[in-house]
Amino acid sequence: MKTANKKVTATRLVKDALEKAKHFEDYHIFTFLNEEGALKKAKEIDARIARGEKVGRLAGVPYALKDNFLSPEGETTASAHILEGFTSPVTATAVEKLEAEGAIMIGRTNLDAFAHGSSTENSYYGPTLNSHDRARVAGGSSGGSAVAVALDIVEFATGTDTGGSIRQPASFNGIYGFKPTYGTISRYGVVAMASSLDCIGFFTRTPEDMDLLMSIASGQDPKDMTTLPDYYNEAVASAKLDDSRLAPARPFAFGNSRPKGRALRGSGAHSAPVVADGLEPSNSCTRIGIVKEFDNDSVDTEIREALKEKCELLKSKGHEVVGLEMPTLKYALAAYYIIQPAEVASNLSRHDGIRYGFRSENSTDLDGLYEHTRDEGFMSENKRRIMTGNFVLSSGFYDAYFLKAAKARTLIVQEYEKAFSKCDFILSPVSPNPAFKLGEKVNDPVAMYLEDLMSVSLNLAGVPGLAIPAGKTKAGLPVGLQLVGPRRSDKRLIEFAKELA
Amino acid sequence: MEVNCDTIKHLAKLSNFSLSDAEIKSLGGDLNSIIGYISQLDELDVENIEPTYQVFEMENVWRADEILPQDATREQLLALTKEEKDNQIKVPKVL
Repeated sequence: MKTANKKVTATRLVKDALEKAKHFEDYHIFTFLNEEGALKKAKEIDARIARGEKVGRLAGVPYALKDNFLSPEGETTASAHILEGFTSPVTATAVEKLEAEGAIMIGRTNLDAFAHGSSTENSYYGPTLNSHDRARVAGGSSGGSAVAVALDIVEFATGTDTGGSIRQPASFNGIYGFKPTYGTISRYGVVAMASSLDCIGFFTRTPEDMDLLMSIASGQDPKDMTTLPDYYNEAVASAKLDDSRLAPARPFAFGNSRPKGRALRGSGAHSAPVVADGLEPSNSCTRIGIVKEFDNDSVDTEIREALKEKCELLKSKGHEVVGLEMPTLKYALAAYYIIQPAEVASNLSRHDGIRYGFRSENSTDLDGLYEHTRDEGFMSENKRRIMTGNFVLSSGFYDAYFLKAAKARTLIVQEYEKAFSKCDFILSPVSPNPAFKLGEKVNDPVAMYLEDLMSVSLNLAGVPGLAIPAGKTKAGLPVGLQLVGPRRSDKRLIEFAKELA
Repeated sequence: MEVNCDTIKHLAKLSNFSLSDAEIKSLGGDLNSIIGYISQLDELDVENIEPTYQVFEMENVWRADEILPQDATREQLLALTKEEKDNQIKVPKVL
């Protein structure tokens, strides 16, 4: 990460980033450029450097913020019409942490409205173009963030991942994209999509940058009751202090037998010798699982070849590759497209035109105000998800859909636990195909949902996944793979990604 | 299962949308293909399986029951609404 110093000032870094952002304007990456605010902050950091004061680990580093993170700089619209005009008085915890280290937000990035989509075509502001082929989609929902990093406009960008929204656009644009273990980074101040699945993460060009950002952003937040204690940084510290914590992991049990406290290391039970997360020597033999169910004709040939090549690379470095059978993953997408819309329907019921954002002019009474505001303010895909959610939750259908999906989720969690008793990490495609053409799937919701086939199960199980670049197709499109680990293996996972570079 | 026009209208009401006839038709078609897809879960045997609603590993997280300073003031929040009068949000008539 290039930070500011006396020679290369924060002002220079920010001006360069803003210039590049303007140069690539026709890619529709940004919904807001923070020119005034970013330059003001850069000058403050330069003044501190000139005075010889200590500056943060991200001093003067320009970054792009997905437009579903709240901060007072620019409107937070989530690329949705219904949030038009909303300038937040509060700041997301993740943004506070990044900026406390000196990072400077140069712009807000485009997404599928409310993060509903896999192409950024569902944005109220129009689609973002792919960094490698302008006729193709950026992926989604964090399309703007991925392209901002891929085109080298910024050093890093934030994203949210509910079912693949970081990993898929990262793979479509040839960069790293990380979805951490559920609860690693505070969700406070981020527009909620599906609360039991939503994760905050980043886009970077190297695993080293990802590690730095994770060590800054991780940790418990009193404003988000679903944040875990800071295991990410503790992994390093605890190994030095306390050998008793290096005992083999106990698998995480669901239901009433849930273990209390922090007994959940979640690393593969067999992986001997057991060392603290993040400290496994890189030259040790790691066992990598390949999911048989994802190796068939429904996956693009060139992606399957890329996976094979990486397997050969790992073997040549002394690692072991094992086959895994995970038959329940076949049902992950159906379970996801029940659970996620149900939570979406609940979370989006707050948008009523009364307290903030857009309000329809076409009504004379209160009920009409709600209905017209929501009808005019939401995109078609938002409506599909809200209505599907209300369908699977409504009386008469709840048991057959929502409850059944929640039970399927248990099986998926168990399937991952079983898989990680046989391997340390799983390597799989992120999506069945490289970036597709603009307009190709936007009118066929199920075709678009199938994009998420191999990414959603991680969110259902709460496990971390890192999208890594894995070369290009003959046509020059980036290919990405995802490295998946047990809960709280995030640091080891990012460390191991260096083996695949 | 097939979702008919009445069900779509009912779902629109539950969702607080005032949909045009054209939208009822197009969303109805979409919803039928989505429901068709998610119905494949029928094949999965979930007999005697407990449901999972969250994958957060912690038990209840407690805090003291005390009023803490908020991130936004009353004035800042009221400034976000379209119409305000006497420190209240103004809405169209209810009755």
